[in-house]
Amino acid sequence: MTDALVFYPLAVMIVGLGILVITARSPVHSVLFLVADFLLIAALYITLNAEFLAVIQIMVYAGGIVVLYLFVVMLVNLKRAPEQHADSRRLGVIGMALALVVLVELVAIAYVSSTRNAAPTVARAVQSFPAGVRGGNTEELGWVLYTDYLIPFELASMLLLVAMVGAIVLARRSL
Amino acid sequence: MIDTLVVPLLKIAVLLNGVLISVTFLVLMERKVIAWAQSRLGPMRVGPYGILQALADPIKLILKEDITPARADRWVFTLAPIMSLVPALVVFAVLPFGFDDFYYISNINVGLLFIVAVTSIGVYGIILGGWASNSKYPLLSSLRASAQLISYEIAVTITLVSVILTSGTLNLVGIVEAQRDGGVWFGFIQPVAFMLVFIGGLAETNRVPFDLPEAETELTGGFHTEYSGMRFSLFFLAEYANIIVISAVVAIMFLGGWLAPFPNVSVFDFLEIIPGWIWLIGKMFVVLYVFIWLRATLPRYRYDQLMNLGWKVLIPIALANLMVTGIVKVVL
Repeated sequence: MTDALVFYPLAVMIVGLGILVITARSPVHSVLFLVADFLLIAALYITLNAEFLAVIQIMVYAGGIVVLYLFVVMLVNLKRAPEQHADSRRLGVIGMALALVVLVELVAIAYVSSTRNAAPTVARAVQSFPAGVRGGNTEELGWVLYTDYLIPFELASMLLLVAMVGAIVLARRSL
Repeated sequence: MIDTLVVPLLKIAVLLNGVLISVTFLVLMERKVIAWAQSRLGPMRVGPYGILQALADPIKLILKEDITPARADRWVFTLAPIMSLVPALVVFAVLPFGFDDFYYISNINVGLLFIVAVTSIGVYGIILGGWASNSKYPLLSSLRASAQLISYEIAVTITLVSVILTSGTLNLVGIVEAQRDGGVWFGFIQPVAFMLVFIGGLAETNRVPFDLPEAETELTGGFHTEYSGMRFSLFFLAEYANIIVISAVVAIMFLGGWLAPFPNVSVFDFLEIIPGWIWLIGKMFVVLYVFIWLRATLPRYRYDQLMNLGWKVLIPIALANLMVTGIVKVVL
């Protein structure tokens, strides 16, 4: 009951802020709404007892990536009115198609996770804790990440490394 | 009801008032120490030895006219100082002043990460304040500030990871406990990390020698050039509250928090007569004094030197320190 009391107001605010992000006239205002949205999503994580994820959400998204957005927005567009898109209808079609793909994906994930329970994997990993490890949120996450999900984790790190090297090469063609 | 609502609210009230009052006195301390460093007397007129200057300054700021520039973005212009101050004050919720739960508002498992995350929100106040003023110098200053804060945040966060490796916990109470159990302050085990966090703290609070976002001689004041009255003083409060936060983090992580010196040598047990929170505040005072001392001593960095120091010196050292810590941890 209390969960619902917290969840639904949060969800309404998150969706509302999401709408404000795409309807705000000034790009800086949109970025600000996006920050508020990310903070509320962090609050949602806390209601799920995922404090570590919540804090990382604030640190990486609200505190890091959106600052870079703001940087770009401020450098590129100083208070100029947003231009009308040249061909708004075609962009609209592309947008609808993308939204549809995401919707199908979400429904598929919801369906799969309702039929096949992912919890046993985590429970098994938690049971295999060595005696020295305390059962905090962060420790459990680290344990699962470095045992059962080691290969996806390493792949993600490799991807980030490649992106980093690529960015440096692009920025410095004379290397 | 009393335990979950009234007691925390009382603690929050005491802590917030304590922080805000200590900010005004910190400004006075800064003026006095710099004056002594320069063979001056500093403020002397208000009260004995100028002590009441700490009250006169806020009153002056409150009474001043609060101007909004004609072409400023009104909402963001008002929001920026608030976004700057609120994170600085929120951090105090997790700072422990003692082992007992009487001495902290909240003891969360990811305390250290919480501090890093919340302080990283504070940069918005600076960026938006400069942008919303619709003026050239504040905008330049806020661009400088955001680049500087992002760069140094990386170095500090990597360094904090090596301290987390040493203590084995993200919990601030746990970190101090680990120092008591180990019998030594982490400042001695991790001297490199200590220096890195201190330097990064100077840069993140825009203090000399990294005060480029507020370099008066180049930027006519910095991101708060267009601010006046109470909104200016909110920026001011945020800056000094952040300095207090950094000093508390350094004291808790590297100087043993509320532990008396030499926690493992029984000859020095008599030092424990002094309550822990006084030890912590004393250690914070030492760190604050060094902050002010540096301001009186050092010249300002050039901007490219600042960026080079952040990216080419501090981050590699932080990574090397992390690796060495990891190897030592595995070998031992």
